[in-house]
Amino acid sequence: MSKLIASVSPHFFSRRTTRTIMLDVIIALLPAAIASVVHFGWRSLLVIGVCVASCVVSEWAFEKCCRRENTLGDLSAIVTGLLLAYNLPVTVPVWQAIFGSVVAIIVVKQLFGGIGQNFANPAVTARIVLLVAFSGSMTNWVQPHTANLPDVVSSATPLVAAAKGTTAMMPSYGELLLGQHAGCLGETCALALLLGGVYLLVRRVITWHTPICYLATVALLSLLCGKDALYQLLSGGLLLGAVFMATDYATTPSTPWGKVIFGCGCGLITVLIRFWGNLPEGVSYSILLMNILTPYINRLTRRRPLTGGVKP
Amino acid sequence: MRLHGIKVAHHKRTADCAPERLAVPPYVTIPMSMHIGKPARVIVQKGDEVKVGQLIGEADGFVSSNIHASVSGEVRQIKEMLNAHGQKVPCVVIESDGRQTLCEKLSPPRVTDFDSFVKAVKESGVVGLGGAGFPSFVKLHVYDLSAVEAVVINAAECEPYITSDTRTMIDKGEYVFQGIEAMRRFMGIKRFIIGIEDNKRKAIARMKALAEQTEGVEVHVLPSQYPQGGEKVLVYHTMGRMIPKGGLPLDVGAVVVNVSTLSFIAEYLAAGQPLVEKCLTVDGSAVKTPKNVIAPIGMSIRDLIEAAGGLRCEPSKVLYGGPMMGIAVPSMDEPVLKNTNALIFMDEKEAALPKTTACIGCGTCAAHCPFRLDPRAIAQAYRLGDGAALKKLCVDLCMECGCCSYVCPAHRPLVQTNVLGKGKLKEYLFSQQAQQKEQTKAKQHRDKQEREAKK
Repeated sequence: MSKLIASVSPHFFSRRTTRTIMLDVIIALLPAAIASVVHFGWRSLLVIGVCVASCVVSEWAFEKCCRRENTLGDLSAIVTGLLLAYNLPVTVPVWQAIFGSVVAIIVVKQLFGGIGQNFANPAVTARIVLLVAFSGSMTNWVQPHTANLPDVVSSATPLVAAAKGTTAMMPSYGELLLGQHAGCLGETCALALLLGGVYLLVRRVITWHTPICYLATVALLSLLCGKDALYQLLSGGLLLGAVFMATDYATTPSTPWGKVIFGCGCGLITVLIRFWGNLPEGVSYSILLMNILTPYINRLTRRRPLTGGVKP
Repeated sequence: MRLHGIKVAHHKRTADCAPERLAVPPYVTIPMSMHIGKPARVIVQKGDEVKVGQLIGEADGFVSSNIHASVSGEVRQIKEMLNAHGQKVPCVVIESDGRQTLCEKLSPPRVTDFDSFVKAVKESGVVGLGGAGFPSFVKLHVYDLSAVEAVVINAAECEPYITSDTRTMIDKGEYVFQGIEAMRRFMGIKRFIIGIEDNKRKAIARMKALAEQTEGVEVHVLPSQYPQGGEKVLVYHTMGRMIPKGGLPLDVGAVVVNVSTLSFIAEYLAAGQPLVEKCLTVDGSAVKTPKNVIAPIGMSIRDLIEAAGGLRCEPSKVLYGGPMMGIAVPSMDEPVLKNTNALIFMDEKEAALPKTTACIGCGTCAAHCPFRLDPRAIAQAYRLGDGAALKKLCVDLCMECGCCSYVCPAHRPLVQTNVLGKGKLKEYLFSQQAQQKEQTKAKQHRDKQEREAKK
């Protein structure tokens, strides 16, 4: 007679695990990967592959060296790799992509204790590190094959064009939606990102709070500043950031009101940088800055336990 | 507003199985503690002849319960046994003669007023049959009856698998309403609310049909959301009032009674047979034919499952009660208790424990807690041994429903850390009290010295 397991309740568990959540995020990121290959050619697949592979290898190697438990099975390294690749221009040198992946996984994630313990988003932070270190190659934009423009080697992103006021270079809404413009390889196709966002919402991996508040704040402030709100929403890394990076569990608030504050804060900082900063784009910085505030937002918005009284 | 909870697979596949009375087992082991409170005092001796319904354990102290023989036969042994909670409990082992001779002393109790009603309930040996096992007469012994605005009859049965309450409502609906009548007559209560989850259509229809003929009975159909049957949750969803922390339903004018408990009280008032058998659901992935059975209290789980059709495979885990709050039994020799409403036999696959991984900070635990606790923060405060933080986080509000552990994608043992946190909080409050006492003592001493110095 075998022994009976005498564990504490509950004895049923939801089928959702960290792994299935990460798998859902990967699935949600796939349309953007397809769009990037369509727009920028097979090299984008190379960049994605290099980032994912080097993230996975970095995680494995670090955990091996530190004799920590291997956590590749949770698939979070793949998500980081994908997000980092989406934040790079297609022309990025391979060694820089590898360097960024190592920074993301080892410096930002593992040195702070691994999954769930990092205070900053690995992909966002690695992108900022690369941008500061290699500003030349990180802003070496090319127009996608699918753009209706004469063949040019180098080009400006819609936000750069808008900032400089070169209306001739500014793509139409339709081109923005489909991603027929210059930019990082995963951020250009708004439609693919929205599709991914809807999938995550349906699967309840994310809630509407952060993305909607983020986008609404940017739209509202753009209108107030007399800019084209829709153009602002569809260009740059806003959708990628709002849907996939401002909704990361570990580095953003977990309470509904906390998510609202986080989203609005990101929107405000993005607009400040875009309209008045030295840089054309501010999504990464806004997310990183709000990441730092997350523990405080969490504490501020923790819900009061229901200790009794009459129905509110 | 609705309290949070979880959607969990119902598995109510035995809802249409009318309970089947099992053959009398060769022996029964009746523990003297099947209730919250002090164990009963054994009043029989080895070698005594006992009959069905005969008192073998007498309530000892205010919160305790009478215990009766469930088979007729000879007392073989009085021994201490480990129960599923790991406590040593005196048990009476009776070898059955198979005749089930009824105790001739049994007769319907004479109930004329509140006191005799409570006395009858006490003598019946009934405890909260929903699973809690709190002696019912203590609960019904309300000092100020005018404070009771309504009786909430708990028929939610929100745990997966279990359908014994559902069967009570379908098969013994008239007893439920006789119980209501008794409470109305002897306790003077006017309003009765039956709270049922919407996945029990037949039971709802039966209760509604009977409620139409009775005044003052409301049937509240509630969404099937675990833990709908939690006392605080049920009172909130039916009466709109939240029982205060550390308080009782009475604090908001409610008395909560499980539907099977109420039906049993009515049966006892009519026939006078004390609580000696139990209707329970036998289900789980390791069971050959899931069904409802009526088994004598004290029947061993091993005998019961054999009589109930056997197992498909060797079970890896056996539960008293449902999978959300049930207790895993350490051995198949454990007996059926008064408050056993189900026995769940899980095969290896169903019983497999998920691997715990790192917290990813998703906040799902807090989002599903009915009382809006933050299990993640509680776990952290517990790890740090921070009593003040645990007090602020209201860890003592946790009812251990298990929603947080159920939803956690990292499968962290959050209910466990909550329970440990409760212990830590108690320690902290105790040390604070001691500190305060010492301070006042020191102050008194100082004052005394000062006064003496002035003299």
